[in-house]
Amino acid sequence: MQQTRLHEWHLSHGARMVDFGGWDMPVQYEPGPREEHQRVREAAGLFDIDHMGRVEVSGPDAEAFLQRVQTWDLSTLKPGRAHYSLLLNESAGVIDDIFVYHRDDSGAAPWMLVINAANAPKDIAWLRGQARGMRINLRDLRDDTCLVALQGPKAMQILQAMSPSEDFTGLGYHRVVPRSLAGTPVTVCTTGYTGEPGCEMLLPARDCVKVWDAILEAGSGQRLVPCGLAARDSLRAEACFPLYGNEIDETTDPHKAGLMRAAVRLEGHEFVGRRALARIALAPLSEVLVGFQMDEPGVPRHGYEIAAPESSGGPVIGRVTTGLFSPSTGKYLGMGYVKAAHAEEGTALGIVIRGAHKPARVVARPFYKSPHWR
Amino acid sequence: MDSKVDPALRYAKTHEWVRIEGAEAVIGISDYAQNKLSDIVFVDLPAVGKELKAAAACMVIESVKAAEEVFAPVSGTVVERNESLVKKPEVVNSDPFGAGWLVRVKLSAPAEVSGLMDAAAYTAYLGTL
Repeated sequence: MQQTRLHEWHLSHGARMVDFGGWDMPVQYEPGPREEHQRVREAAGLFDIDHMGRVEVSGPDAEAFLQRVQTWDLSTLKPGRAHYSLLLNESAGVIDDIFVYHRDDSGAAPWMLVINAANAPKDIAWLRGQARGMRINLRDLRDDTCLVALQGPKAMQILQAMSPSEDFTGLGYHRVVPRSLAGTPVTVCTTGYTGEPGCEMLLPARDCVKVWDAILEAGSGQRLVPCGLAARDSLRAEACFPLYGNEIDETTDPHKAGLMRAAVRLEGHEFVGRRALARIALAPLSEVLVGFQMDEPGVPRHGYEIAAPESSGGPVIGRVTTGLFSPSTGKYLGMGYVKAAHAEEGTALGIVIRGAHKPARVVARPFYKSPHWR
Repeated sequence: MDSKVDPALRYAKTHEWVRIEGAEAVIGISDYAQNKLSDIVFVDLPAVGKELKAAAACMVIESVKAAEEVFAPVSGTVVERNESLVKKPEVVNSDPFGAGWLVRVKLSAPAEVSGLMDAAAYTAYLGTL
């Protein structure tokens, strides 16, 4: 199994480890997922996300290449900014969901993509295939960097206190800037996967444990804790961020996944999957992604069937993609694909849990909105 | 991590405990089991009147990770459920041998109890895991 550069640290700090797409990752530390989740909502949490892929794209054709392989119009993405985007195949199926960073560090190539860990080999092979005839260079940044995330309302204050001479708290959302922490140059990206303010940081590989420890020490007075994958998943689910392999895969397109506004700009560039997207837009959608709330206790889980309510015969009309007990709302919630006729807010559903139809209803997404955004 | 073992209870290899009270028994899961499960978010209790069969799956406990089956340590009929777990399933984590009990059954084969481990045997068993 693959290990991140913080693997030893996790083992020596009481982490429970789990196989996550071939990576031996911390699923939780001693306080447990519920406590870690609450800390991120109220204070701050530090996550090892070094397993995630990141690729630098350089060369004279870099921007033209990226305009063709991903769905956001990068002519509108200024240096110092980042945006959510997708890699699509020719039929508009989602190869991966990604973040595009337009860096303005001197010395760094301007473009960086952060991609899902399990998809990284597939993505890189696909990108190389798309690059034929173009003057671009793809470099796997995992060789010499470490990726961590600091999330929560206190996240940027913690960093600000570590480096008082540089601006952290005034950065705003979706920025990418060079900074220094504990005497180490880092790239700070104010992006994340929890629905809270905070950032993801690219650290030099050889200093990553030192910076990780320095952040935890600086945040100890702010109730900062390290967090595992369980809290990461419940936080992203409350914020209704899609997880590749659950809400999206190569059989789902951004129309039915509801990602057109967040990740796709049809104008300004020609890209793989664009024609299929236009074709899909012409017909009514047969199924769409919805959020739902259980009317009685019970945990919907990935793969469970969604049925029409018993009163209308209870035929299967969809499937659950994500489900959880939501610590921030105290509700049992989930997401899933349902036939379009059952997608309206308030529509009654039945979630098939161990053979029994449990009543649920379609609710608005996201399930939780952080009050900490300025 | 060291798990607590209540000296007054009998234990199954699948980490359920039993407290005998006359012709009835109270059933729960051990501290080791709750810790393995991680944060518990839902307990799907069997209905009152349901017949439980020793060593057969009798209910499901859902944690943040997964849905896990609980095996009946003894045979019997459910006479009471711990309804407080509907609102507060996390009590199984915080007090597995006390307020986190699951069901009370009327024993149908009291002799089965002698086949369960006492606290010393269960402690030794945990040491082998």
